[in-house]
Amino acid sequence: MNKKLATLALGALMAAGPAMADLVFPSLSYRTGPYAAGGIPFADGYADYFTLLNERDGGIGGVPAKVIECETGYNTEKGVECYESTKGEGALVYQPLSTGITYQLIPKTTADDIPMHTMGYGRTSAKNGKVFSHTFNYPANYWDGASGAINYLLEENGGDLSGKKIALVYHNSAYGKEPIRTLEELSKKHGFELVALPVDHPGQEQKSQWLQIRRDRPDYVLMWGWGVMNQVAIQEAANIRFPMENFIGIWWSGAEHDVMPAGAAADGYKALTFHNVGSDYPLYDDLKKYVVDAGKAAGAGDQVGTVLYNRGLYAAMLAAEAAKKAQEISGKADITGADMRAGMEALEITEEKMAELGLPNFGPAFTVTCENHGGNGMVGVTQWDADTKTWSLISDFKPTDGEVIGALIEEDSAAYAAENNIELRCN
Amino acid sequence: MFYREAGDFKTSYRDDNQTFPIKFDRYRYYVVLAVAFGIIPFIINDYWANALLLPFLIYAIAAIGLNILVGYCGQVSLGTGGFMAVGAYACYKLMTAFPDVSMFIHVILAGGITAIVGVLFGLPSLRIKGFYLAVATLAAQFFLVWLFNRVPWFYNYSASGQINAPERDVFGIIITGPNAPAWATYLFCLIFLTACAIIARNLTRGTTGRTWMAIRDMDIAAEIIGVNPLRAKLSAFAVSSFFVGVSGALFFAIYLGAVEVGEAFGIQKSFLVLFMVIIGGLGSIFGSFAGAAFLVLLPVVLKLIGVDLLGWPTDIVAHLQLVIVGGLIILFLILEPHGLAQLWRVAKEKLRLWPFPH
Repeated sequence: MNKKLATLALGALMAAGPAMADLVFPSLSYRTGPYAAGGIPFADGYADYFTLLNERDGGIGGVPAKVIECETGYNTEKGVECYESTKGEGALVYQPLSTGITYQLIPKTTADDIPMHTMGYGRTSAKNGKVFSHTFNYPANYWDGASGAINYLLEENGGDLSGKKIALVYHNSAYGKEPIRTLEELSKKHGFELVALPVDHPGQEQKSQWLQIRRDRPDYVLMWGWGVMNQVAIQEAANIRFPMENFIGIWWSGAEHDVMPAGAAADGYKALTFHNVGSDYPLYDDLKKYVVDAGKAAGAGDQVGTVLYNRGLYAAMLAAEAAKKAQEISGKADITGADMRAGMEALEITEEKMAELGLPNFGPAFTVTCENHGGNGMVGVTQWDADTKTWSLISDFKPTDGEVIGALIEEDSAAYAAENNIELRCN
Repeated sequence: MFYREAGDFKTSYRDDNQTFPIKFDRYRYYVVLAVAFGIIPFIINDYWANALLLPFLIYAIAAIGLNILVGYCGQVSLGTGGFMAVGAYACYKLMTAFPDVSMFIHVILAGGITAIVGVLFGLPSLRIKGFYLAVATLAAQFFLVWLFNRVPWFYNYSASGQINAPERDVFGIIITGPNAPAWATYLFCLIFLTACAIIARNLTRGTTGRTWMAIRDMDIAAEIIGVNPLRAKLSAFAVSSFFVGVSGALFFAIYLGAVEVGEAFGIQKSFLVLFMVIIGGLGSIFGSFAGAAFLVLLPVVLKLIGVDLLGWPTDIVAHLQLVIVGGLIILFLILEPHGLAQLWRVAKEKLRLWPFPH
């Protein structure tokens, strides 16, 4: 801790020097409250990647990166406070890790000309870059998740889901409600019955929902949960002896801390993902050498390699790559939010690039364009093994139902554009 | 020395009955108004507006509203969050249905709608009192949140159930949405707060306020001396809900811009406003301001000191915040059960006699 404080102080001193401004990446994190279990590893991963870049490469394009952390507690009012207090520091990109805060920041960031990256959360229709100029949600979004889960179930059932009953246990908020529309469309298309069961914030009380599942006996249960809700749901599912292999969570409901409390009963639980799992990548050697062993890891430093840590790392990596792209486009090392936005819009992630960064096969290859801010939406499935306490990828990254999702995105973003008088871009 | 009646002669009943009978107090009030209206709008920036002043102004309106019900009329309510949600959703529906109408009218109408809803949920107060009434209003809280989550008409059938404030203006000045200038949103809320405070102050020292206080102090005795409990209680619910509805509308349209009912108007909000009223002082308009300031500004100040000044890790500061705010609440309640308003009253008494001890 002392060392960390010392580095912070040193960093502050260096930042105070007139030499060159830093590239500021605000981290609207939450290390407290009912969602802290998910917020901590993500924030740690996000901060550690920038520490690694500073230690190993001397920053991005020669300019050191600076992560300003601000505690939101997953609360929208504090999120606004955090946004206002950090935007003046030259913030390049916001990643609020909260769908509620995202909704608030979409118009604000657009007005302030700062891009926002909501990786796998937020407003799904932000994929449509024609309407949402400053919001990006590559590489995958909730509707990809919903469709990916159904595609996986289709595969398991030989391509036919008619007559099946699928329950959706969801966090009763903007976040949890996102997939419902897609699932409704898909249920019409594939002929399964959808039962939606809302769970109120923070999600510790789920007895009645699981009683209903026990009575209705759905063939599969999907879950859109976050924070303590996940642990409770998995425990409740174990209590009613619901077969875990038929229980699939979204990528925010599939981390170690979600399944650990249920112990052996959680064995076989599945979760969707848009990036790979584990810490068996060359990047982790560098991370160990420059960050962890040097005592510069964020937080307690005990999250390295967990699912959400990886996701934070991945988010930071995509942000850093976009910043590099922005430096390349603008021709200067010291970029602004507007340059960053252009960089994000021109971002291209290939297999080779991922390998070069030390994360081969970690995430999908995708290209961001002016029209498509959401990448290609490749979704994989992971499964928990309670004996070895590891997640493993059981279904490779596969495309989702672009036809259904595309139409819904078009509809929702058109409604937003009409409501807010937004002119379509990219013509 | 500065603060005394001596030499301040009043020659008419009007003078005698004014809100601030002491000269020093009156000038202080004018100075506060002048600073709030004449100086702050010129120096305000986005951070000050959105992080500190807007929440303070809006919560102060809500606290005044709740103070009328709890502090003046003695009817305990835990439904503030729900009533704020009514104001917010009413404002949203009006804003989207009538885009050309001024925001002033929308906010006032939203308050009016909330007043009607408040009277409906106030009906049980005619039969039940105290803790039982608190439970009945708690039911209102949960019912209203459930309703706005459940019925898609309220959120115009949006996919996520969120409501977003579209851009609206007042006399050509953008007042909602991201492009609204900080001074405009601040002034808009300040005008509502000033109006609400003046109305509340004058209601509470007139007949209406006296009937409320009579009901609060002993309802049977009040009934015997001719106070109509039905009218007194329901009017308290109506006025209180009106203010709370206005604050909910401002909270959604001006301050946050996008709201999710369960998160923004949950039971925590009801408790927060109730704490403001209790800490500030029951039955005091100034107390509503003081309570709102205490609970809105203190966490932000603690955060600024801890994170920005001392450079501590954010999670430790967030935890310390809870400890310090909680500790201060307990301390205040032990040392001064009548709230910050009583501290202010005591200070004024002391000032009056100063420099003599008796």
